[in-house]
Amino acid sequence: MQALIEIDKLNLYYGAFQALKNVSLTIPEKAITAFIGPSGCGKSTLLRTLNRMNDMIPGTRIEGSIKISGKDIYSSEVEVESLRKNVGMVFQQPNPFPKSIYDNVAYGPRLHGMTNKKKLDEIVESSLRSAALWDEVKDYLKRSALSMSGGQQQRLCIARALAVNPDVLLMDESTSALDPISTLKIEELVQELKSQYTIVMVTHNMHQAARVSNQTVFFLNGEVVESTDTETLFSNPSDRRTEDYISGRFG
Amino acid sequence: MMKAKTVDKIATAVIISVAAFIVILLAGLLGYILVRGLGHVSVDFLTSPPETISEGGGIGPQLFNSLFLLFLTMIITVPLGLGAGIYMSEYAKPGRVTDFIRLLVEVLSSFPSIVVGLFGLLVLVNMFGLGFSLFAGALALTVFNLPLMVRITEQGLKSVPREQKEAGLALGLSKWKTITSIMMPIAIPVILTGTILASGRVFGEAAALLFTAGMSSPRLDFSDWNPLSPFSPLNPFRPAETLAVHIWKINSEGLAPDAAEIAAGASAVLIITVLLFNLVARWLGRLIHRKFTASK
Repeated sequence: MQALIEIDKLNLYYGAFQALKNVSLTIPEKAITAFIGPSGCGKSTLLRTLNRMNDMIPGTRIEGSIKISGKDIYSSEVEVESLRKNVGMVFQQPNPFPKSIYDNVAYGPRLHGMTNKKKLDEIVESSLRSAALWDEVKDYLKRSALSMSGGQQQRLCIARALAVNPDVLLMDESTSALDPISTLKIEELVQELKSQYTIVMVTHNMHQAARVSNQTVFFLNGEVVESTDTETLFSNPSDRRTEDYISGRFG
Repeated sequence: MMKAKTVDKIATAVIISVAAFIVILLAGLLGYILVRGLGHVSVDFLTSPPETISEGGGIGPQLFNSLFLLFLTMIITVPLGLGAGIYMSEYAKPGRVTDFIRLLVEVLSSFPSIVVGLFGLLVLVNMFGLGFSLFAGALALTVFNLPLMVRITEQGLKSVPREQKEAGLALGLSKWKTITSIMMPIAIPVILTGTILASGRVFGEAAALLFTAGMSSPRLDFSDWNPLSPFSPLNPFRPAETLAVHIWKINSEGLAPDAAEIAAGASAVLIITVLLFNLVARWLGRLIHRKFTASK
């Protein structure tokens, strides 16, 4: 598999605290990469450097480089808005806008300048189909997104992210607030999506990583301990700390 | 030692009686003003100009002045307040300078209104040569309304859940677009409530207007709507006595034999206008909110 994202010797500081230590990693295209590790190990921090959401936090400093499709996303030529259009994100809590289902999905395309009603309808339908939500909501597109269940809301957020046509989809513990059935639906959905999108997911659920991902990266104290294909990592880890973590001895 | 249940009962009783006391006080006050004043209110009273020494004067120009002054003040206050509030909430870096600005805003809002009035007289009316005018009055009122507006905008934006803001940014919207198209619609009910409070102050304010908008009105010609002509009601550079100032004036130096009734009637009109304004603004706020958010 070809590498889409290349992270090279990345150090990240929140003020005096170093949250990421010398992280080097490649993330393959059109596959699912899972970040696992105990709380505070830096997995979410790394995820949020990929669409520069950490920029919002004052006192953040970054060394090293992250390249997506060969372009350094922290170089001064890169506009953060177009980066985020290309690297969509789904959060831990479903966060649909307090608007109709249709407007939630059409929001991104509209604000990026799309006004053609027919095109918008098409984007809304295809995005909702990709998020496996179309059949459930096609007759209720004018209803408020807040009237949906948590699992539906999260799939709506996925549809909203897909509507601006990204290459990469980041998922920050996106099933941790959902019930098991909704979780399963999202896991199935993610499997479908990987044929078109590069997916990076943070999860604190090791079984989810084992079930869903192609590549797994294990983090500890801001460092990458081990990064390899999922089957190898779970069946035959090369590092003692990985083995301890996946066998439940800590974390 | 008392049982927790007894303590709970006593506390509940105390809280309920305090609340009841406030409600009764408010109802009594409102009732008193309305009962005393409403008898004197008629269409004629609301539309005719006041009389100096004879009976039967109205409050028409004063009512108009109050509404027009409110409008002028809000035209100045709302854009400035929104701008400064957005800056304070979203752009200002936390630190000494921001804290200092916030302190200044707080101090500004607690100025005694008579001091603001005298400041207006010295600086706006005399130094800048605005004379006693609606415009000078509106600027003086801006001095206390602006801090309120800034704080309310800041609070409104701060109350928007962080997840909503992140959702906008993660879609690739610029910071400005995220603020205007995602955060502002959510913050509007809070901001609108604040704007109503600020407007209520404009309506009731007298002390700051005595020396800025003045205590007299020219004979207004309600058929002349050219804002530049001196007798036009729309001219912002004419002196204008507002309803609150008028109440104060006829109570303290009114010569008309029915001065007391006029003051009572004007007070009732003032209160009813504020009430109406509140209700309409709230209804409007709900309407806007529903339109923006597709919620029921």
